[in-house]
Amino acid sequence: MKIAVCIKQVVGREWQLRLSDDKTWIRDQDASFELNEPDAYALEAALRLKEQHGGEVVVCSAGPSRVVQALREALARGADRAIHVEDGALASADAFVVAGALAAALRDEHFDLVLTGLQSDDQGFGQVGVVLAERLGLAHSTITMDVAVEDGGLRVKRELEGGWFQWIRLPLPALLTIQSGINQLRYATLKGIMAAKKKEIRSVAAPADLAARQRIVSLYFPEKSKQTRMIAGAPDEAAKELVRVLREEARVF
Amino acid sequence: MVLVIAEQRDGKLNRASWEPIIAAQGLGGPVKVALLGQGLEAAAAELAAAKVDEVVRVEHASLEAYTADGFVQALAAFIAAEAPAHVFFTHTYQTRDFAPALAARLDRALITDVVAAKPHGDGLAFTRPMFQAKVVADVVAEGPAPHLVSFQIGAFKVDALVRGDTAAPVRAVDAAVDPAAIRQRPEAPFQEAKQAVDLSQAERIVSVGRGIKAPEHLEMAKELAAALQAELAASRPICDAGWLPMDRQIGSSGQTVAPKLYLALGISGAIQHVVGMKGSRTIVAINKDPEAPIFEIADYGITGDLFEVVPAIITALKA
Ligand SMILES: Cc1cc2nc3c(=O)[nH]c(=O)nc-3n(C[C@H](O)[C@H](O)[C@H](O)COP(=O)(O)OP(=O)(O)OC[C@H]3O[C@@H](n4cnc5c(N)ncnc54)[C@H](O)[C@@H]3O)c2cc1C
Repeated sequence: MKIAVCIKQVVGREWQLRLSDDKTWIRDQDASFELNEPDAYALEAALRLKEQHGGEVVVCSAGPSRVVQALREALARGADRAIHVEDGALASADAFVVAGALAAALRDEHFDLVLTGLQSDDQGFGQVGVVLAERLGLAHSTITMDVAVEDGGLRVKRELEGGWFQWIRLPLPALLTIQSGINQLRYATLKGIMAAKKKEIRSVAAPADLAARQRIVSLYFPEKSKQTRMIAGAPDEAAKELVRVLREEARVF
Repeated sequence: MVLVIAEQRDGKLNRASWEPIIAAQGLGGPVKVALLGQGLEAAAAELAAAKVDEVVRVEHASLEAYTADGFVQALAAFIAAEAPAHVFFTHTYQTRDFAPALAARLDRALITDVVAAKPHGDGLAFTRPMFQAKVVADVVAEGPAPHLVSFQIGAFKVDALVRGDTAAPVRAVDAAVDPAAIRQRPEAPFQEAKQAVDLSQAERIVSVGRGIKAPEHLEMAKELAAALQAELAASRPICDAGWLPMDRQIGSSGQTVAPKLYLALGISGAIQHVVGMKGSRTIVAINKDPEAPIFEIADYGITGDLFEVVPAIITALKA
């Protein structure tokens, strides 16, 4: 099975977010970056399918030059080769532009299966995978928690709200968006890191005619909806005060 | 005109469907509500109580069980016929599944997970969280109408719904669906083996998030829970990693709870977590990041390292 996995590099969870001067994007020059969490699970799902059914796993990322680091990480975990749609503007692009860039890079390779994470931890559109499916003419299913290959097609477990699930059959070729927790992740071994150095990362340009369908006009920090009483002081003082207010004011025990 | 797409399962209306109707009513123009499926009389009659111009049942045998391909086909044709300025949805799992494909097929904007609409120039800006709710963005749609917008569940209070003096007219249309073009074959929804713990009955809950760092640190949280006579719960990443079983997960894909006390340790406060616990009477958050979104909904907060604060609370409780 020939599988593509689309991955995104997002700002690190521990990075203290700062806004750009014009307040329409973040000031990420000094940010740390990591692989978007559901995308890591999508990669793992692809590697497991290859182990069971053979074939090839190709990782693809649309983003600025820094995303090569995420692609290398994926190669070290076991992907066979990588495609980098390189363009600085892709860092803050909308879902239509990113999906268009990915579609152009993947179309001629005729993958049997394309996997993406269900949404990114940065803009969180939750759209790129499904828009990409439509652009490539693939059947799709989302928020996937299990994938089985059956009778030349797929049987996938779709997560629903509140602890419900549903199995769905789909023909191949198909696109699935993967939910965090579908499997347990592997990490790169030293051998994998060495092997990754010899693997191909092909850089392609983004198509020039991609039109954005949404634009950020301003970014700001949220307002508190509740009056939060912040309890200050050294840990033992704050703890004592918290226990007191919970007992005497909130009366929760 | 705003077209609102309501959601139903087995003929039963999803209560979250009232919210995009409230959003549409707030804009002041005409509002139509459409419901897709088969056997929709009861749900359509329920929707007709809202002050809207029309309720439309978009029906076809192939829409009885939800599929993305069926819904995209039916809605692409229906939207083309109705020519609304906006199409509003609730940001449910079902909307997540088909709305991006619909937007791509129509080549129109889709703005997801929106919590508010406000005037911007001649049009509207839509407010949505970004970066795991650490910041908020005002976003405008680009390109021609209709613009598709999905609203976060809980963005509007259901009691803000404006009801009509008389029931709105209900119309039924045959959906344009080619059953042969539906590629997904869904089976019946099911729940995983019955949950061993029912956290909805707990009076007090100590809930741990990724800030706990490693499974061995759960002992400390368990000790705190014991001292408070509380149940232990967690955010999703803790259950994904297998540190606690899935039936202790709180949130949109886990349990919904409303205890007297919800003590969140190292939980950032992502919306998918918050929807499962925001009804708690008293919420306490302990987080080293003063900007963590969990503080927006907490009654009491301590900014600090949980590895210092939690042992101090255990000591204070025992004193
Ligand atoms: C469709 C969908 C469904 C989902 N369903 C759920 C669900 O049901 N439940 C759920 O919880 N999530 C769910 N999620 C995931 C959700 O979006 C968040 O990713 C998740 O809730 C984050 O968990 P967290 O707060 O533990 O981790 P993080 O967001 O990583 O936050 C960790 C927090 O710990 C703090 N911290 C770190 N170290 C310390 C320390 N030493 N002391 C104090 N604080 C510290 C950090 O400041 C940070 O705020 C879902 C996501 C999607 C897309």
